[in-house]
Amino acid sequence: MSLDDPGREAIAEKGWLLAHKWLLLRRGAQLFFLGIFLVGPLTAFWLVEGNLASSRTLDLLPLTDPLLVLQSLAARHLPETTALLGAVIVLAGYLVVGGRTYCSWVCPVNVVTDAAHWLHIKLGLAKGWQPKPGTRYGMLALVLLGSAVTGTIFWEVVNPVTIVHRALVFGLAGAWLIIAAIFLFDLLVSRRGWCSHLCPVGAFYGQINRASLLKISAAKRETCDDCMDCFAVCPEPQVITPALKSKGSPVVSHWACTNCARCIDVCSKDVYRFTLRGMETRP
Amino acid sequence: MSGLSANRRRFLESAAKGGAAIACAGLAIGLLADRSRALPATAIRPPGALPEDDFLGACVRCGLCVRDCPYDTLKLADLADGPAAGTPFFEARAVPCEMCEDIPCVAACPTGALDPGLTEIEKAKMGLAVLIDQENCLNFQGLRCDVCYRVCPLIDKAITLELSHNQRTEAHAFFIPTVHSDECTGCGKCEKSCVLEEAAIKVLPLHLAKGELGAHYRWGWKEKEKAGEALIDDIIDLPDRGYQGMPSEQRLKGFKP
Repeated sequence: MSLDDPGREAIAEKGWLLAHKWLLLRRGAQLFFLGIFLVGPLTAFWLVEGNLASSRTLDLLPLTDPLLVLQSLAARHLPETTALLGAVIVLAGYLVVGGRTYCSWVCPVNVVTDAAHWLHIKLGLAKGWQPKPGTRYGMLALVLLGSAVTGTIFWEVVNPVTIVHRALVFGLAGAWLIIAAIFLFDLLVSRRGWCSHLCPVGAFYGQINRASLLKISAAKRETCDDCMDCFAVCPEPQVITPALKSKGSPVVSHWACTNCARCIDVCSKDVYRFTLRGMETRP
Repeated sequence: MSGLSANRRRFLESAAKGGAAIACAGLAIGLLADRSRALPATAIRPPGALPEDDFLGACVRCGLCVRDCPYDTLKLADLADGPAAGTPFFEARAVPCEMCEDIPCVAACPTGALDPGLTEIEKAKMGLAVLIDQENCLNFQGLRCDVCYRVCPLIDKAITLELSHNQRTEAHAFFIPTVHSDECTGCGKCEKSCVLEEAAIKVLPLHLAKGELGAHYRWGWKEKEKAGEALIDDIIDLPDRGYQGMPSEQRLKGFKP
């Protein structure tokens, strides 16, 4: 048991690399999803244009953030077919890999909040303000209601996800303010405050989780030795208990799971693995 | 509070707290959203942009129009630039719109924030050029600068030179650059090329550049032309004082110079 240093047993058991396999893959993916947008501006070969709000890959494939389309509809604008099609493709994709896979594998803010969390734990800071579980739904409702009332795409005024991504891809400077604010908020005000308690984008993508295919499973939960390392690394620890400690399905079915797979990394007993919805037979 | 169990009370309290916090956040974002509506007068939206209020509900700030602009005219607004963060705009004095025939920015827009119904760039209404400083405009001093007129992509339609007598020299004419709002697209080439340190001709958003008649107002002579006759009786012709006794063809109306 090593809550301040989770994964020590896993490193001893599997070696450092295997105990960080999914973390490394995830950082690679985050870099990849930023990188494909930067190929164009850097080399003038326009692989992917636009940003996470809406993009065009190889002059062909349109992708649009479905939450933006929802806000636009709430603001009483019916987007053109390209944007609607892009949103459907994105929805379909995340129905396969899991909605909040966006949060941990694509969203650039995750790198900021993970860094803040790392430092937060290193400094041994207190949890701070922990908003109630329903707060994110409130934020999501606010975003849609705000769009309806103001007739603007409401969340884009402050949305750190797109502001940061747009700034990195289009070379705007203002995003550093947002990055600093989120970092300090997560470091000093609220542990895992932004991504796990407030962000309405995550709350939206989480709803796709309710029907998505790719899941984490505590498949070998009978070997669990209660070291608690998975709880220590999980950004949404409330998703673990029902899968690990219940008599029901071992599949992590809670909407908030981000499929970050750190639990697989840090478990020295190899309790967890990826699975597909419906594939898991009950023990 | 005897009717409420402790649990229920706690729940209601925390729900009220959470709700109040979110409402405060909403108010703050709402103020920002409202402020973002105030487009600076020098920021011009791309061709085909919906009216600003509709535009902010339609533009997802993806920057595809910026990417497809071949002249790097368009840019995305940074947080402190003025226009709503992440929305596309240009400043005519920096880089004007070159009015591409295929309008790639409109074609790139996935949402219709730039209206795909705009198929001829000459029909664009990005803004309206206004010769705002007549005191410094060289043509207004009787010089033949003419640069704004010469660079206008719709020369002799959007900008014409109107002649009038130069009373200073008594021997020359003024060639006054005159913008016609039905033709001007607001591309900004005139503002870009104005030779003054600070442009005398500027592209303004239409609502700043244009006046608007009261809905009830009618131009008498146009109504007369439409109807084929005056809609009102002739004006009662009162006798002109001081001309009594003159033959009627010599009676000049009003003040005699």
